[in-house]
Amino acid sequence: MASIRLQFEIPGKMKTWSLGLIGVGLFALIFGLVTKGFSSDEHEQVHFWGTLMYNTIFWTLICNASMFFICITTLAMGGWQQSFRRIPEAISTMVPIFGSITFAVLIYVVVSDKHHIYHWLDKEAVAKDVILTGKAGFLNAKFFIIWTTLAIGFWSFLGWRMRQLSNEADAAPMDNETGAKFILRNTVRAALFTVWFALTVGSTVPWLWMMSIDAHWYSTMYSWYTFASTFVSGMSLIALWLIYMKNKGYMELTSQEHLHDVGKFMFAFSIFWTYLWFSQYMLIWYANIPEETIYFKHRVQGAYKPIFFLNLIINFLCPLIILMKRSAKRNYTLVAFMAVLIIFGHWIDFYQMVMGSLIKEKVELGWLDFGILSFFVGMMIFFVGRALASKPLIPKYHPFLKESIIHQV
Amino acid sequence: MAKKKFVIGCFDDEAVLFPAVKKVRTAGYKIHDVYTPFAVHGLDHAMGLRETSLHTAGFIYGITGTTTALSCISWIFTKDWPLNIGGKPHFALPAWIPITFELTVLFAAVGMVLTFCYLCQLAPFVKKHHFHARSTDDLFVMVIECTDKTNTDDLQAFLTSGGAVETNVQVAEEGWWLGRYDQDEMPFQTKEIVAA
Repeated sequence: MASIRLQFEIPGKMKTWSLGLIGVGLFALIFGLVTKGFSSDEHEQVHFWGTLMYNTIFWTLICNASMFFICITTLAMGGWQQSFRRIPEAISTMVPIFGSITFAVLIYVVVSDKHHIYHWLDKEAVAKDVILTGKAGFLNAKFFIIWTTLAIGFWSFLGWRMRQLSNEADAAPMDNETGAKFILRNTVRAALFTVWFALTVGSTVPWLWMMSIDAHWYSTMYSWYTFASTFVSGMSLIALWLIYMKNKGYMELTSQEHLHDVGKFMFAFSIFWTYLWFSQYMLIWYANIPEETIYFKHRVQGAYKPIFFLNLIINFLCPLIILMKRSAKRNYTLVAFMAVLIIFGHWIDFYQMVMGSLIKEKVELGWLDFGILSFFVGMMIFFVGRALASKPLIPKYHPFLKESIIHQV
Repeated sequence: MAKKKFVIGCFDDEAVLFPAVKKVRTAGYKIHDVYTPFAVHGLDHAMGLRETSLHTAGFIYGITGTTTALSCISWIFTKDWPLNIGGKPHFALPAWIPITFELTVLFAAVGMVLTFCYLCQLAPFVKKHHFHARSTDDLFVMVIECTDKTNTDDLQAFLTSGGAVETNVQVAEEGWWLGRYDQDEMPFQTKEIVAA
C-alpha cells in the first residue's frame, strides 16, 4: 500500500470557498436576524425563523443519514463500503455541530413562545381546542425540549462511539479472533444507533420538529417521508464527496464499482421517496376529508403549486429517467450532477414542508433562503474537509477491506 | 440441430481458470461457454461477453405495461363506461397510479422471465447437453468450439498445460433440442472406433 495516499491535505481553494460561503451566509444570517428575526412584525419573524429551521433541520438530518448508512451496512455485514467509509464518517462529524445549531434554534422558538410557528405553544388556544388538548401530552414545550435534547445528544454520542471504534482499524493488523471481536463490537454499536435512529428520525422527531407546525393535521407517512428525503440526499452528499476526493487523486481503492452502488442507493431511495410521497398524497386525496386536505390545498392549488410539482420532477422524474441506466450510475460527471440536483430537490422539498405551512399566501424563496443555505454548505465543506484530514482515508487493517477492494457489481 | 465438436477442459480453481481463459482467447480459440457451479464475478468480462440486453428488454416491457394500463383505464372510465365513484372526476389519475404501477411491474417481470428463458434456451421439454456433471458441483468447465482445422490433441495438451485437471472431446448439440434422452441417440458422445 505504499503508493496509496492515506492523508488528505485540505486544498487552499476548498478553504477559500468554504470560508467565502460561510461569510456570505453569516452576512445573510445576521442581516436577516436583525431585519426579520427580531423585528416586531410577526410575518417577518416567522419568515426568518422558519427559513432557519428548515435549513438547519435538513442539514442535521442529511449528515445524520451518513452515520445511518454506516450503521446499516455494518449490520448487513457489508464489506463494499469499507474503502470509502471515512467519507460518511467525516460527514457524520457534522451531527454535533449542525445538531447544536438546530437545538439552539428550536429551543429558542419554543422558549420564546413563537406560537405563529408552533400553534400548540399557545396555551389559551389549546385549552379551547379539543384536538390540541388531546395531543397536549405529546405536543408540549417540556416534552419537545427533552426529546430534542435526547435525540441530538444520542445521535452525536452513538455516532462518535462508532467513529471511535473505526480508529482501531488504523492501529494494528488483526488476527482472526480480534477481527471477529471487532466486527461484533461494530455490530452492537451500529445496532444501538439504528434503534435510536428508528425511534427518532424514523418516527418522533419529524412529527415534533416539522409536522407539529400544522398542529391539527397529521400523517402517518410523514416521518418515513422525511427519512427517505434525508437519506437520499445523504447518499448524494456521500457521492459528491467521493467524486471530489477521486478528482483530487485520493481514494485509489474506490472505483466505479463503489460509485455504482452509491448510485443505486440514490436511484432506489428516490423511488422510495416517491412511493411515500404518493401514498401520503393519494390517501388524503381519496378520503377527501377537509381536515386532511387542508395540508395540500395551498400546495397543489395555491401559491406553492410550481414548487410542489418542481419537487416531483426533480426528485422523481429526473432520477428515474437519468439514473436508470447502468452506465449513468458509473459515470462520475453524471452522478455528480444528479447528486447536486437531488440535494437541491430535497432542500426544496423541506422548504415546502416547512414554509408551505408557515407562509401559505405566497412563496418568498429569495436571498434569505439561499444565504442561509450557503452558510450551511460552507460549514459542511469546511468541517467535513477538516474531519477527512484528521484521519487516514482508508481503515487499512479493517477485516472487510479486501472485500471492498475486489468489489464488483 | 447442428452437431459440433467441442474440447472440454475442467478446472478446479478460479485462480487457474482466469489465466487459462485469457490464454485460450489469446491463442485464438473460440470459447463456447464456461460452466461454473456458482456465479463467478468478472468471468463474463474475462470471456469478452457483451453486456446483456435483458435490462433494455425489461424497460420496454415496463413501458408497455404503463401504456397499457393508462390507456386502458382512461378509455374505460372516461369514454366507455364513465362511473361516478365517490364524486371523483372521471379522469382520476391518482387512483390509477397503483394499478399502472402493478401492471408495469407485471409486464416487466413476466416479460423478462420469458426473455431470460429464451436467451438461455430454457423451456419445458427442451433438452440441453451437459458437458460435465461436476459443473454443478465443484468443477469449472470450459468448452471450446472446434473448427475443421482444430487439432484436438494439441488443444487438450494446451489446456492441460494451462492447469486443466481433466480434458476430453465431445460431439454435441450446440443448442437445445426436443426429444427424449432414452430414445435419442446420445448426441454428445463420440462414437467409439472399434479397431478391426
